[in-house]
Amino acid sequence: MKSFKIYSPASIDEALKLLPHSRGPAAFNAARLVAGGQDLLGEMKDHLVEPEALVNLTGIPGLDTIHCGSSLTLGALVRLVSLERHGELRAGWTAIAEAAESVASPQIRSQATLGGNLCQRPRCWYYRNEHAPCIKKGGHECFAEAGQNKYNAIFGGGPSYIVHPSDLAPALVCLDATVTIAGGRGRRDMLLEDFFTLPNEGSVERENVLKADEAVVGVSVPRLPSPWRSCYLKFRERGSFDFALASVAVALAVEGGAVEGGEIKAAKIVLGGVAPIPWRCTKAENYLVGKPHEPATWRRAAELAVEGAEPLEHNGYKVRLANGLCQKALRHLA
Amino acid sequence: MSEKKLPPASDREMPDRDIGLSKAIGSGASGLSRRAFLKGAGGVAAGGVLAGEAAARLSAAGEGSKATPVVEGETKIEFTLNGTVQQVQVEPRTTLLGLLRSHLPEPLTGAKEVCDRGTCGACTVILDGEVIYACATLALTVAGREVLTVEGLAGEGKLTAVQRAMVAEDGSMCGFCTPGFVMSLSACLERNPGADENEVRRACTGNLCRCGTYDHIFRAAEVAGTELSLEPR
Repeated sequence: MKSFKIYSPASIDEALKLLPHSRGPAAFNAARLVAGGQDLLGEMKDHLVEPEALVNLTGIPGLDTIHCGSSLTLGALVRLVSLERHGELRAGWTAIAEAAESVASPQIRSQATLGGNLCQRPRCWYYRNEHAPCIKKGGHECFAEAGQNKYNAIFGGGPSYIVHPSDLAPALVCLDATVTIAGGRGRRDMLLEDFFTLPNEGSVERENVLKADEAVVGVSVPRLPSPWRSCYLKFRERGSFDFALASVAVALAVEGGAVEGGEIKAAKIVLGGVAPIPWRCTKAENYLVGKPHEPATWRRAAELAVEGAEPLEHNGYKVRLANGLCQKALRHLA
Repeated sequence: MSEKKLPPASDREMPDRDIGLSKAIGSGASGLSRRAFLKGAGGVAAGGVLAGEAAARLSAAGEGSKATPVVEGETKIEFTLNGTVQQVQVEPRTTLLGLLRSHLPEPLTGAKEVCDRGTCGACTVILDGEVIYACATLALTVAGREVLTVEGLAGEGKLTAVQRAMVAEDGSMCGFCTPGFVMSLSACLERNPGADENEVRRACTGNLCRCGTYDHIFRAAEVAGTELSLEPR
């Protein structure tokens, strides 16, 4: 890694003042926020960024708390291991706990934070190769589009075909999470679903709406009352520790509880690992309302969930995989 | 048993111990406590905890007492390594793995540098009770905290149950991944000596053995877990 200095601000406002006010040609060397560092240090070692300074957020008080009430509030500095081990969180917001425990390895979950997980950069091997000047790094081409694209997007691609690597994002979006962003001009709240941006929205070099001097400070998730239940299923190429080839977060309210054959009152389905953003399957969600909770319904909903997929040369398998995961998740909630 | 216990996991919150350096105001002692480093002690307080060389490295990012503490270039940190307080010079870019292997007067080479990307697990150590990748941890961030490496497991020359079981069950082939697995198993069985194979396998998902001696490693975990379960805690 190149040399850098580390600031230790005592408040988020103090931290944000150390960031550049806008992104420009100097972004490669600009100061970066760091907490767990599990993504950023890898980027620095691979020379994808060479910041002159890191702004260490981990000493800022009050950002590492979990509160379960009428809604779940999570500070950006909550470690993934805490999400995974929190009994009340798991009971009320199951998909989030299951997503957290599916991330990487124990060694990473003990340091990685919620904010870092949501803001992590893509894993596309062209992006991660310092010698490939791809469109995510200011180049003109997405090398995955006509290249080795086994791990790339089947939805929402163009002009970049990355997939969003976060497991927490689909689970949180599924449960209608709101994200709180702090910036030089105060705080703003928005649906986490609106936080993530497609490559043809905003900047192709970014995956979210954050401005240069903004930071995620927390997330809040409404409590879904009984009979809602949720789950997160993830398929990895390597069973032990990997990013999702595809994943799905499902939340379902079935009349009389999660009984097979009961009437589905409402449903939420969000796919991960298949698009540059968590991919909400609105058609499938709408279809499920009023249907009996049974295999024929699950099959049709899964077909609708992957309708409109545009696979590249090497990732057609993701269509069938996402379909299968949707059916499995719906069955899991029976 | 005289085996050392792993440091407590303190409910996942980072400890906020005063490691004594804050009392060294005006003395010749130098160093950077975790509290000062992480809590952002502010310009006035930072002058108290950082002395000598470390203080010289502190420059103001803002105005007067609102300066954000910053570390640039080499600085001295103090932390607990295998039960002993250590002071060591590091740069902001020094990883904990670099510190252990290259910056100590008597280097500890149990944690191995293999992938250097937080993937293989050969550098696994325990920080405040939780397994971490030493290669993916900045050395400065362990100031004031407790690090346990494989060298710190055996107390008074007596191997731990995990270490003995790894020997007895032939848990090593080339041995390069072994210290990392021993740390992951130690943390897992410290948390739950009765961990079943599924839990043990989950605890080892961040460790790779290219020789493929996983079956022996998991058998060693079972043997060690049985022994630890019978032990009065």
